[in-house]
Amino acid sequence: MSAAPQLSAWLDGVGLIAPGLPDWSTAAAVLAGQGTYASAPSVLPAPALLPPAERRRASRVVRIALASGLAALDHAGLDPAGVATVFSASTADGHNCHALCETLASDDQRVSPTRFHNSLHNTPAGYWSIATGAMAASQSLCAHDGSFAAGLLETLVQVGCSGASCALIAYDAEYPAPLAAARPIPDAGGIGLVLSPSRGPRSLAQISVSLSDAPVTALADPQLDALRLAIPALRGLPLLALLATRRAGGAALEYLAPLSLQVTVSPC
Amino acid sequence: MTSCVGDGLAPLRNALLAGTSGLKPYHIAGLGLDTWIGEIPGLDDTPLPPALAAYDCRNNRLALRALEADGVAEALRERIARHGPRRIGIVLGTSTSGILSTELAYRQRDPQSGALPPGFFYPGTHSTYSLAAFVREAFALEGPACVVSTACSSSAKVFAAAARLIHAGLIDVALVGGVDSLCYTTLHGFASLELTAAEPCRPYDAERKGISIGEGAAFALLERPPTSLDASAVLLLGSGESSDAHHMSSPHPEGLGARLAMEAALAEAGLDVDAIDYINLHGTATPNNDAAEGCAVAALFGARVPASSTKGITGHTLGAAGALEASVCALALADGFLPGSPNTRSTDPAIPIDYLLTTRSAAPRHAMSNSFGFGGSNCSLVFGRAG
Repeated sequence: MSAAPQLSAWLDGVGLIAPGLPDWSTAAAVLAGQGTYASAPSVLPAPALLPPAERRRASRVVRIALASGLAALDHAGLDPAGVATVFSASTADGHNCHALCETLASDDQRVSPTRFHNSLHNTPAGYWSIATGAMAASQSLCAHDGSFAAGLLETLVQVGCSGASCALIAYDAEYPAPLAAARPIPDAGGIGLVLSPSRGPRSLAQISVSLSDAPVTALADPQLDALRLAIPALRGLPLLALLATRRAGGAALEYLAPLSLQVTVSPC
Repeated sequence: MTSCVGDGLAPLRNALLAGTSGLKPYHIAGLGLDTWIGEIPGLDDTPLPPALAAYDCRNNRLALRALEADGVAEALRERIARHGPRRIGIVLGTSTSGILSTELAYRQRDPQSGALPPGFFYPGTHSTYSLAAFVREAFALEGPACVVSTACSSSAKVFAAAARLIHAGLIDVALVGGVDSLCYTTLHGFASLELTAAEPCRPYDAERKGISIGEGAAFALLERPPTSLDASAVLLLGSGESSDAHHMSSPHPEGLGARLAMEAALAEAGLDVDAIDYINLHGTATPNNDAAEGCAVAALFGARVPASSTKGITGHTLGAAGALEASVCALALADGFLPGSPNTRSTDPAIPIDYLLTTRSAAPRHAMSNSFGFGGSNCSLVFGRAG
């Protein structure tokens, strides 16, 4: 794979919400070894940009996607209304799916229209567009546990093709029982990244990716590595650890074994 | 490809030329289901081969059926031999994947513990990615892969995403396509929104009453054009994507997002509106969808471009519609005809476009295919003949 093409972009903003890591500045300190990790449930803020009724009803996947994405765009100093997006999640809203399947297994199979439109994989992307007014292209994709890498690859490819900024919003949240036994994800987690084709005043680093055979990079701290493995969207944590330490370096992110995604970071 | 009119392109071509429909009535008394569907026979009786049993679900059975039609599997194996398994990408679309397996498993939960039945395997069935995981394993592919899931625009957007991967030099060939199979989530879901009709769907009819849900699968190999091509070969010339930013399950009333997608596709293709000879409309046959799309088409093209929805033949195959209707455009371009719209009786005077009721011979050079989904996800593709 030595001749594998490399894709590059400038990273202008980061958003992160994970169990015990309520925001990027907290996470950056922990990932840089300057703070201690303390496990705690993810805190998912209500999406202030949605109208009151939708805000109250916003599901956990909508909350994690909007909060981690908006944090990244705010960090980058960009108005989300003008930015293309890539939403990457291994599945749709697990709680909504459970409620739908219970209804469909009951004697009266009639479902609620809201449950139905909230069952889509691209429901968070739809609410994002409504909340921000963004009419730009928006992708919603998945690759099971390789969803973060698939989303990062698509985002870099889009930046290269369009010559414009693009935001990756990778998130996942839990299923309730009984689906939790078949697909155990303990909590919600999300990573937002804003990538741009050229260096700007807010640029944090240049990142390059290529398809690779390299074994997946684990995080040194076993608790943080357990987090990486527990929530598919957090498979991107090794990239964030490189950003947190502000040192040039590389990591291989889980994609579709034995294929991994090699990421190289050069801080500004 | 496979749809309710049969396996392979030949029965679809025949249905397009003859104006016949594969829709059948579907009624469950007392549950609010009184509609017509496009069902593919025999899927219940054809499990996947034992080596792929982990992926066995209605959606992946349908995928395999379509891959074995029209020589797609052979063509893919030939590309793998030529380029290597790392240089072939998989970009497929689905909305509900193998959710039917979970719906049925919920009817077999343990009465005490509530557990799903033993043997229920989430990654191979319910997981949105299972479609691409199945194909990747079936063909021992090792390149990049993903599933796009943006409701009814899913398998139009895969053409755009795969073209980008090729452009970026990451792959030489992409298997693109879409697969969606009947499940209770969509049958009851669309009924709950009062979007399903009690009659076969009548796209763009003045008295259209709603959709007929269909199941289907369509695949294509996307690659850089070789130096010499048959005149009838079909090229992807451009794609355009946009978001409505309006409502989760209703289109922007003037089709603003749809118009942005069509304009972006034309710009990428480097074509003016007058260069388009046929538009395969999204045309679901709901009052609002056709009005919104029609408004956008009229604003952009006027009544100059012949257009039709072919969902009266196949039903609305949801996440497979983009790829299936890309196939319709490819047939129209390669064989020289403009498809009509079976079941549509009289066009809507409120939608001032050139809507085709019956199929006619023509020599189209460029065709546009529209696919719009819930969540306000829009995609338009422009295809053209090589010569």
